[in-house]
Amino acid sequence: MKTIILALLALLALPARAELKIFATVPEWGALASVIGGDKVDVFTATNGLQDPHHIQARPSLIARARSADLVVATGAELEVGWLPVVLRESGNARVQPGQPGSFEAAAYVRMLDVPARLDRAEGDVHAAGNPHIQTDPRNILKAGEALAARMAQLDGGDAATYQANWKSFSERWRAAMARWEKQAAPLRGISVAVQHKAFPYLEDWLGLKEVAALEPKPGVEPSVAYLSKLLGQVAANPPRMVIRAAYLSPQASEWFGREARVPVVVVPFTVGGDERAQDLFTLFDDTVDRLLAALK
Amino acid sequence: MLAGTYTRLTQDPNRYAINGFIPTGGDVAPPRRSFGLGESELGIAANIDPGLRGQLTASLAADGGASVEESFIQTLGLGSGVTVKAGRYLSGIGYMNSQHAHAWDFVDAPLAYKAMLGGQWKNDGVQMKWIAPTDLLVEIGAEAGAGGAFPSTDRNKNGSTTGALFGHVGGDVGLSNSWRAGLSVLGTSPRDRQYDDVNGAGVGVTNAFSGRSRTWLTDFVWKWAPDGNATVRNLIVQGEYFHRRENGSLTYDINGANLADDYASTQSGFYAQTVYQFMPRWRVGYRYDRLDSGKVSLGVTGGNPRGSTPTMADFPLLAAYTPKRNSLMVDFSASEFSRLRLQFARDESRRDAIDNQFWLQYVVSLGAHGAHSF
Repeated sequence: MKTIILALLALLALPARAELKIFATVPEWGALASVIGGDKVDVFTATNGLQDPHHIQARPSLIARARSADLVVATGAELEVGWLPVVLRESGNARVQPGQPGSFEAAAYVRMLDVPARLDRAEGDVHAAGNPHIQTDPRNILKAGEALAARMAQLDGGDAATYQANWKSFSERWRAAMARWEKQAAPLRGISVAVQHKAFPYLEDWLGLKEVAALEPKPGVEPSVAYLSKLLGQVAANPPRMVIRAAYLSPQASEWFGREARVPVVVVPFTVGGDERAQDLFTLFDDTVDRLLAALK
Repeated sequence: MLAGTYTRLTQDPNRYAINGFIPTGGDVAPPRRSFGLGESELGIAANIDPGLRGQLTASLAADGGASVEESFIQTLGLGSGVTVKAGRYLSGIGYMNSQHAHAWDFVDAPLAYKAMLGGQWKNDGVQMKWIAPTDLLVEIGAEAGAGGAFPSTDRNKNGSTTGALFGHVGGDVGLSNSWRAGLSVLGTSPRDRQYDDVNGAGVGVTNAFSGRSRTWLTDFVWKWAPDGNATVRNLIVQGEYFHRRENGSLTYDINGANLADDYASTQSGFYAQTVYQFMPRWRVGYRYDRLDSGKVSLGVTGGNPRGSTPTMADFPLLAAYTPKRNSLMVDFSASEFSRLRLQFARDESRRDAIDNQFWLQYVVSLGAHGAHSF
């Protein structure tokens, strides 16, 4: 009997683990939290690089993970509007509700682009706060990471020094890598591109790409062949040098357009895990820049 | 949320019945023929303060009436995995029960929901739910409420008269699969629960049941999408099994003979369905429904020497039968916010007539972005 009671007490004591439990909505924030947290954190990433971040369901495993999380790291700007509120509500976890220190939204720390002047579903799936695909510009990773490191230090004071040290080391390497990518990508400055989904304003802003067409007639609406043909006519005079598509999107539209317009289709990983090579934040941008450059040749 | 249908039925929906089962009343018959407006739903949901959230869903019926579908408050900040809901809400039992009808994959509810819960079980009461601190979802919930609709009745009495317990477990298998399974029970004690039948002499009678009613539900859903990316292709397989025991007394012809005696029944039913999205925006689905009227014992028909007692022929609705239905649907979603659906069903709910049902339906949502519940 005594041993049973002792075993039960030991079980009760188990949840008092020192690790900060982090629930990241998308792979880029999961990777960032892992870099900053090192072995002091337990990171769960809700989605993978091949999933459409707009269309995730509040599946049982997400509710279970959010239940025990100390910190939820999301993009915000309505990217997760379809599922994160349900997950948080169902989780019964007070620490990670919006407004609590355990709720972190990266979009709050970067300059938002494509903020719509008109909010109307007739314009497709547009987000009031602006385009939420902020992770395609490494400068945003820097801004979000700085705020995230501070937040993690606030939540877990005991390991604050580790978080700050990890962040310092990462941000130095990141700045060096950014200088390298920018130098490599210089030939891309000013070239015209078409995109399948309006997912790249931040990448375009960073590398100086000029977006001349989006294959989706409205964000989130699949293009028809008739629409693509019309678009083909419109850009005939000044055709884009390439069509850019995120790895998670279905290939038909961009493949068709690329074939008809005789321009290469570049499938960029879009986030960590989007392809074989993009297995961390550095390789994500190595691969993205290389793929764009390869299409110029 | 707006919905409308065009309906074509070979049988009269006003004479709809699920044979072998006590009629539930409520909204179980197919919608009227020709063009029809479904329910228009108006929803408001917002946080009230840091600890509470409120939701109101009002339903505007096509003929002008308005009703409160759901109206509840819900805690956000209790912590430890506990959430409390109070007000009127769709009960957490089963799988489809807590979903709004517009989120269903077919136009109408499975026969088991119609026969056992009168469509969908709603309660005025309190719900408490707890999520275990595990990586596998383990959810346990309890509800206490006032009852009112089938299988309960309004009891005009203090305290809780209807209770429900439910447990769900769920998780992922690899990147591509996720699942959830559950077991629930709904218990209530209806008094004077009336229904209409036609006796052996062809005269309409009203009978009434009083006693205990307990319904067990098991539910299961499996979803598959390659790499978890449901935009192009995905598959949903789901099923629920219902088992109900009722015992108490049944009064025959309360306005005439008014004879009461023991009543006991053990009945069951299930549906199984699968929906496959084979390319972006297009889905096809198939559903099989089957009920078993099981064992019904009616004391009131038992050997009375005077020979004037009602016989089984005076309870035609309760005569043994196994209702069946096969449904096929195809739907097209122009965007995440609109859906157009075509459904064909061969409904054998009635002993003597097969109803071939055809529907064309639209369901759209406007306003705030809806939730992608599992």
